[in-house]
Amino acid sequence: MSETGPSLITIFMSMALINNFILSKFLGLCPFFGVSKKLTNAISMGAAVTLVMVMASIATTLIYRFILVPYKVEFMNIIIYILVIASLVQIVELFIKRTNITLYNSLGIYLPLITTNCAVLGITLINAQANYAMVQSIISALGGGIGFTLMLIVMSGIRERIEFADTPKSMRGLPIAFIIAAILSLAYMGFSGMI
Amino acid sequence: MIEKQERLTAKKFWQEFAKGIVITNPVFVLVLGLCPTLAVSNSLNNALGMSAGVIFVLLGSNIIISLLRKITPNLVRIPVFIVVIATFVTILSLVFEAYLPPLYESLGIYLPLIVVNCIILGRAEVFASKNSVVLSIADAFGVGFGFTIALIIISFFRELLGTGGLEVFGKQLFSIPVLAESPMSVFIMPPGAFIVMGLLLALFRMIGVLKNE
Repeated sequence: MSETGPSLITIFMSMALINNFILSKFLGLCPFFGVSKKLTNAISMGAAVTLVMVMASIATTLIYRFILVPYKVEFMNIIIYILVIASLVQIVELFIKRTNITLYNSLGIYLPLITTNCAVLGITLINAQANYAMVQSIISALGGGIGFTLMLIVMSGIRERIEFADTPKSMRGLPIAFIIAAILSLAYMGFSGMI
Repeated sequence: MIEKQERLTAKKFWQEFAKGIVITNPVFVLVLGLCPTLAVSNSLNNALGMSAGVIFVLLGSNIIISLLRKITPNLVRIPVFIVVIATFVTILSLVFEAYLPPLYESLGIYLPLIVVNCIILGRAEVFASKNSVVLSIADAFGVGFGFTIALIIISFFRELLGTGGLEVFGKQLFSIPVLAESPMSVFIMPPGAFIVMGLLLALFRMIGVLKNE
């Protein structure tokens, strides 16, 4: 560990595994239960969210350090962060539409919905709270995004199988997905003593 | 004539109010706003604080958005909604920080995350931007209480099983002797939230299936 705070590997591992966004922080649950029915959707959704998370972290760290703190208006961070995230999502949407129209069509409605994904606003608030410098906040956003994508992929694999299983009538669909998430979360608690 | 009209709105007021609590309960029926529901339901105290916050923001944003509904251009309505909601969340978090610091600490980042709670943006888009102020207030209270009831049910089970007793505002309500000595602490940790929520959803669905048959 260096003197300036936790090392980069510690941050990455803790965001990706120990404090996994979905299983221990409950952030980004809507896409987790909504999108994770097919593997291909899960991968592209995870990648898009990770991209927005990293970009949002860079932008909000700059704003926090050079605008909010010098002018002592840190309490405005909620309004400013949500506006930054909304405009970033818009830019990413335009960029994907221009460069890769097939990806744009397959992501469909989920792309604009990233704005209201708690994971994106969550990572910017966590970075501000921990007072991370630029490199640290990029790494923590990357770790969080990869942990999120990983969980989406694992969940979609399990759910593709469970479609064919004989689950009780009232447990079909969402309830069984919650129970699966509980079991995954129990397993992830094993990581908690690692660092 | 005027009396009849008034009674009509009063009736509609209660209709909108009751709809949010039972028929379209935001948590158990629509499954919206999952992040705060699961994250802060580890104790009854946190659940009540969070519910009060959500009702405040929902009420404020519904009133303002309903007042602005005629002059908001359709193209920029979502950014307008988000800024209005974010303003109320900022007010709320400053008030909590000043007057209820322990609650502010224990809610952590989930307090500012009320901004991206799908329930509030959903009500703005579906209801407040199309209806009068009075009906929007009824809707806010109905949906807010529906959210509160759901949060209380979940946190009741989690705190009871996880600590063996219930505690509200620092007062011990009761505790179960054997459970309090060796509580199932997994219920106040993340997995407990998923288990309780999954079983409650299944229960609600079972009741719905039985009713239809």
